Amino acid sequence: MLVELEGVYYRYPDSSDWVLKNINFKAGEGEFILILGPSGCGKSTLARVLNGLIPNFYGGLLDGKINIVGNDPRKVPTYEMSRHVGFVFQNPENQLFFTNVEREVAFGLENLGYPPDEIRRRVLKVLEEYDLMELREKSPFELSGGQQQKVALASVMALEPRVLILDEPTANLDPLSALKVLGLVKKKTLESKLATLVIEHRLEIVLPFAERVVVMAEGEIVYDGDPLGALERYGYLTGKPFIIRLIERLEKEGIQLKAKSLSPEDVAASLLDILERGVTRVGGN
Amino acid sequence: MSEVIRVEDLYFEYTEGVQVLKGINLSIRAGEFIAIMGENGAGKTTLIKHFNGVLKPIRGRVLLKGKDTRHLSVAEASKIVGLVFQNPDHQLFNETVYDEVAFALRNFGYPEDIIERRVEWALKLMELYKYKDRSPYTLSVGERKRLAIAAVLAYDPEVLVLDEPTAGQDYVQKEKISETLNLLRTLGKTIVIVTHDVEFVVEHVNRIVLMSSGRIIASGPPLELFRNPALLREARLLPPQAVRFSRFLTSRGVPIKDCFNIDACVQELLGGLRGGS
Repeated sequence: MLVELEGVYYRYPDSSDWVLKNINFKAGEGEFILILGPSGCGKSTLARVLNGLIPNFYGGLLDGKINIVGNDPRKVPTYEMSRHVGFVFQNPENQLFFTNVEREVAFGLENLGYPPDEIRRRVLKVLEEYDLMELREKSPFELSGGQQQKVALASVMALEPRVLILDEPTANLDPLSALKVLGLVKKKTLESKLATLVIEHRLEIVLPFAERVVVMAEGEIVYDGDPLGALERYGYLTGKPFIIRLIERLEKEGIQLKAKSLSPEDVAASLLDILERGVTRVGGN
Repeated sequence: MSEVIRVEDLYFEYTEGVQVLKGINLSIRAGEFIAIMGENGAGKTTLIKHFNGVLKPIRGRVLLKGKDTRHLSVAEASKIVGLVFQNPDHQLFNETVYDEVAFALRNFGYPEDIIERRVEWALKLMELYKYKDRSPYTLSVGERKRLAIAAVLAYDPEVLVLDEPTAGQDYVQKEKISETLNLLRTLGKTIVIVTHDVEFVVEHVNRIVLMSSGRIIASGPPLELFRNPALLREARLLPPQAVRFSRFLTSRGVPIKDCFNIDACVQELLGGLRGGS
């Protein structure tokens, strides 16, 4: 397991309310986990525990058992945690500083004191992987939102973290750019055996990538399981995209789809399977 | 219907020689609910900043109810067009929620009793009245977004322009924003939003203006545009889920109408299933 939380509670300084309550959560290699829940449910607080900003930066009271890639963020400085946990923000502009893309990507490595040869090797590798070679001389601020998000992701991935957290990575991206960024993240998650946690409200785009969904409400994890089950039970908190409403409606008619993912195409394909097999028992109850 | 905004052959550049808008023509009529869509960097935000005169054309012109924005002060233009920015923090700077909403009204010189009534109305509508004495910065992002809307609503512009009103909002907040926009429509307001949210647009707006590289490449009802794959690709949009679903089935030899009405769609599918048995 890359992430293990057991009975974790947290409250911010000067507050008597627990914003995380009895969190039990594990994440292993190659998992792409979608975290859902209304604003204020504790999603972002949980993310800050995982990357060590809590308690190192925010203070407050953090209780329970925590193991993140072998570390307890209470005993390890934040910069040490950043080797293991990569964090990409909603608004990439908030984490871009430099005059060109190459410097931007090298920054984290320099900061952690890697030798120049190693920095050079890793920077070139991620620039290549994220298709940023042509942009490497450009200022991050001349780039489109989608490109900026890729630079932010590449900068984080250059540190070769084992756990990746993305806080609404596509909120400011057009749908195709959003799809591309998430596709890239999914691929890296599987290839490099990362544990990836994505906080996202745009369900219709992100759902097909997730095999596991965690739903949070009022500081607690209220659901941890398959995506369809999450939305069937907690759709009133998270919204129900068209495809979920359709699946529910078909289930009422006695049709159980076995879709590969919750993309409209995969759902349609699974329906096609049923059509082609000429299932006769429809609505038979 | 009368025209409230007219854009004629509008060109704009931030840096010399780099055109961001390249000959925009657009007419917005009173009572319309329009979504401006298109990829990041297409010029959407630059265009709407011309709607209330924050930006002025370098060529062409923008008319608000027949008046050229170059001859209107921002205050005059604001009475016709209220602009809500994407990031609410760019327009919140007062010490209390109340003062935030009262600010523009004071600038317009309204008497204090009218200001009080308007502020109360706008804050209650956005469900923020209970926070009236707090600092805007103690509010959540969603609440700050609603505060920015309240501040614009209070001076009662005829047209409301919102940049990405639903981005980063959770489901419940998004529903609240939808409700508000629908309410404003019934009050006769014209609404223009910039958005990437295809599903939201299908449910709410009656016209999409599609932009790509500084130009308008299409304008029409959502369903008409969302059925045109080439156009969507050019604008880097994905069709709504309902269209993707029915298109996939149709392409595999199971022709089915758009699935926007789930009940009708399921009946049609069941007909196919039963017919095939």
